[in-house]
Amino acid sequence: MMESSAILLTFTLWVYVAGMAGALLFQRAERLANAVGFGLAALGGACGVVFSVSSLAAGQGMTITPVTLWSGPIPGVRFVVEADALSCFFVLVVSLVGLAISVFSLGYVRTYYGRKNVGVMACVFNALLLVTTLVFIAGNLWMFLIAWELMALLAYGMVSFEHEDRETRQAGVLFFIMSHLDAACVLLGFLVLAQAAGGFSFASFRGIGASLSPQQRDVAFVLFVFGFGIKAGIVPLHIWLPVAHPVAPSNISALMSGVLIKTGIYGLVRVCFEFLGPPPMWWGASLLAVGTVSAVLGVLYALMEHDLKRLLAYHSIENIGIILMGLGASLMFLHTGHAVLASLALIAGLYHTINHATFKALLFLGAGAVLHATHTRNMEEMGGLAKRMRWTALFFLVGAVAISALPPLNGFVSEWLTYQSLLHGFGTTTSLVRLMFPLGGAMLALTGALAAACFVKAFGITFLAQPRSDHARDAHEASLPMLIGQGVLTAACVFLGLFPTVFLKLLDPITLQLTGHQLSQQLTMANGLVLSGVAAQGGTVSTLGIMLMFGCLLPVPLALWAVFARKARTRIAPTWDCGQRALTPHMEYTATGFSKPLRMIFKALFRPRREVQREYDFSPYFATTLRFESHMEEVFLTRIYRPVNYGLLRLSRRLRALQAGSLQAYLIYIFVTLVALLLFAL
Amino acid sequence: MNFDPLTFLGQTLALLLLAPLLSGCIKNWKAKLQNRRGPRPWQVYFDIAKFLRKDMVISEHASWIFSLAPYVVFLTALLAGLMVPMISAPAPLRLFGGVLAVIGLLALGRFFLALSGLDPASAFGGMGSSREMTISAIAEPAMMLAIFTVAITAGSTDLSQIAQSTQSATWKLLNPAHVLAFAAMFVVLLAETGRIPVDNPATHLELTMIHEAMLLEYSGRYLAFMEWGAAIKQLVLMTLLVNVFFPVGLAGPQASAAALGISLVAYLVKLLALSAVVVIVETTNAKMRLFRVPDLLSTAFVLAALAMLSTFLFG
Repeated sequence: MMESSAILLTFTLWVYVAGMAGALLFQRAERLANAVGFGLAALGGACGVVFSVSSLAAGQGMTITPVTLWSGPIPGVRFVVEADALSCFFVLVVSLVGLAISVFSLGYVRTYYGRKNVGVMACVFNALLLVTTLVFIAGNLWMFLIAWELMALLAYGMVSFEHEDRETRQAGVLFFIMSHLDAACVLLGFLVLAQAAGGFSFASFRGIGASLSPQQRDVAFVLFVFGFGIKAGIVPLHIWLPVAHPVAPSNISALMSGVLIKTGIYGLVRVCFEFLGPPPMWWGASLLAVGTVSAVLGVLYALMEHDLKRLLAYHSIENIGIILMGLGASLMFLHTGHAVLASLALIAGLYHTINHATFKALLFLGAGAVLHATHTRNMEEMGGLAKRMRWTALFFLVGAVAISALPPLNGFVSEWLTYQSLLHGFGTTTSLVRLMFPLGGAMLALTGALAAACFVKAFGITFLAQPRSDHARDAHEASLPMLIGQGVLTAACVFLGLFPTVFLKLLDPITLQLTGHQLSQQLTMANGLVLSGVAAQGGTVSTLGIMLMFGCLLPVPLALWAVFARKARTRIAPTWDCGQRALTPHMEYTATGFSKPLRMIFKALFRPRREVQREYDFSPYFATTLRFESHMEEVFLTRIYRPVNYGLLRLSRRLRALQAGSLQAYLIYIFVTLVALLLFAL
Repeated sequence: MNFDPLTFLGQTLALLLLAPLLSGCIKNWKAKLQNRRGPRPWQVYFDIAKFLRKDMVISEHASWIFSLAPYVVFLTALLAGLMVPMISAPAPLRLFGGVLAVIGLLALGRFFLALSGLDPASAFGGMGSSREMTISAIAEPAMMLAIFTVAITAGSTDLSQIAQSTQSATWKLLNPAHVLAFAAMFVVLLAETGRIPVDNPATHLELTMIHEAMLLEYSGRYLAFMEWGAAIKQLVLMTLLVNVFFPVGLAGPQASAAALGISLVAYLVKLLALSAVVVIVETTNAKMRLFRVPDLLSTAFVLAALAMLSTFLFG
């Protein structure tokens, strides 16, 4: 068993390598490069799914053997991989999403034929899947950091793929800078650990926190939160995310939002639960607080967007926040010694991780299909697409219901688990900290309701009513591979929503590894139909049962129809237009208008500003021309990043005095440094 | 926990039949209090029957969402109602979901309702959707916090469990946490069922309307399902309030016929009393400006937060 799964993993990695090579080899023949590159990526994804599911299903029987991939020319530098349960879970995330995106890409990249080098894109895509998988299965620091850095570089390449745009280039640079900031923090954090462990293998890091002083542990924790937090996009380290994700090609956006930001979550789980040892209260509490803030602010900013892909990118920040709420609560329970609750909260966080990966990738693919059909990301120019792109609309709707945490889909299940752990958290401690749990729950409710509002807007303005532009009027359905790619993720959302009790079994080895409990037995009731809170009477829910009951109750309205409305006819007629000649798309509600009440309610945050210029002949109510402009202040940019940026620039201007360009001065610097070092050494 | 088809059928019928009557009563009482004769309490049945028989006019811009939404709204309200204990404590679908599922199902109905408002390309519908989603978004945290207060006391999100635990200690009814949470939930009830001072259920074709604006393009049986669904939703929320926060007389599992009878009477009395309060609030208040509604709902949130705080202090 173990042997075969190791072979499968190796095979997966080699398929990605073959995909890279094949795509580059055939780059002159675009069609072939597309088929080979993305076809092999899909194969690799499928193998990865089989590998991770079979490994996780093996459960306790899973043995972990570090494998040295390459010993390298430098002594002591070895590249080791080691796939334990946590790794397998994240490999499942990357493989499943990678599989769907690869199939989607087979159709999507046709749009780049003749304009861009499709071979290079397919090559980098395969490479991204490869290094992301390597990040998840890395068994020592060398492997991890090299893969981490390569991932950032390759993603940078993809963000600036359409570099003709000034906006894209700027986004790429911002992404590059933030990626390096995060790599630096992660590196420093790991150096603290490596110093204590005296080695670089992850095996030697396990529980190393116990041998560190509390201050060292806290420093390491803060560094890791910064480092992995930038990658995950938590507020206020998120500013690169809504800039960089939308400008990348849509299939890459889906991969970045669905999977790449999850590497930050993976890092946090790995480090906080395994390496740093028993957590003090404030670690969990701060993660919970940061998660709550990220969730609420992420969705509030998303509401204000009318760029479809930026809107989705802001929702990633929200969902990362929800995941962190689970992880933070879990750390708090570990501190108070409630291992079962800690497992529940951890499961909630991890379940939301894979859920977010599926529905966010699905939504980005849908946005890609819409972009492909209408050539715009601006929702105000869309509309009426539900009639023109039936399948895409259906898939997007499923994603929208899932991300809004509505039953019976997967977002609801993981948020239900999060609510349960927050609810039980109140009894775990008697200090004031316990008020964080119900307040966190209330904010989670706010987040869910705002997300629903946001996706009513996103779906309603994009897909419903009349087309608002010629582009939208001429839109066409996406090609078959694009629909299949979306269909795979839709199926995953439905499966994860309706059969959580089946899926939760796969999480057993992870909680066993990290918190020492496996919960799937306790979480399952009534022949696996019903999901149960862990406490004796904690509450139950069954999404499958809800779905079945819809079926049972559907005869009620149908019978009413049959009894009363047999003779009723249906007529298609214009929408009521208040006696005007006819409704035009200009009279429809806009995305900006839709979110206006919330913009006014939260104006302390958004600081909206608007300018209206009207020209009229006799009465202001009959304007001849109208110009409307509306802006919002990006508080984090103007209040945090810009001052820091100016400060740094000022400092470097000061330092320029040192670098005068004269050779003599440099020689003196060297001499002074040498003397100083000698004195220090003595 | 075995499934009891009789309770299931009984509660389904009760939800279907009681909901229009309750709406009718509220309309009738409101008229009486305003010195009008008002429609008869059972007029709503006739309205629904008439809507069901009528021909439908569907907008040329509408998509399949428009036809799907009435069913979703109707069925989610009904399904949520089956999870709330009405006459006997374990609700028929107790196992399939507690209070979180009830809130989730109602939100699912609202999601489709708001989409159907946008679908026919009319500005009225879009405005209604926008406002409905805004108000529900700011009502949600207050509702969740109020429910968390009672759920934490009961240690469960299961509504039957919560009702039983509240019932077992009668003094808890006068617990400050309980009273504050009840007050918060009452404000949320006004917002969620579209009552004055948040929305005016009696208005048509004014810029102030919310719920009616979304239904503007509906006719025939779709309108019947929408109106009926809204009535059921109102009944569900009111039942939640009276039976979870005030479970006096609620029959437990395996209750005798007499106990069930008493429970039914108690339930109807509580329901009518709550309706009377709603009627008085509606008659004595004017509708608020939209941007004053957040103040009202943040009051509800503060009440719920105080409820939580007093759980922390006394509980």
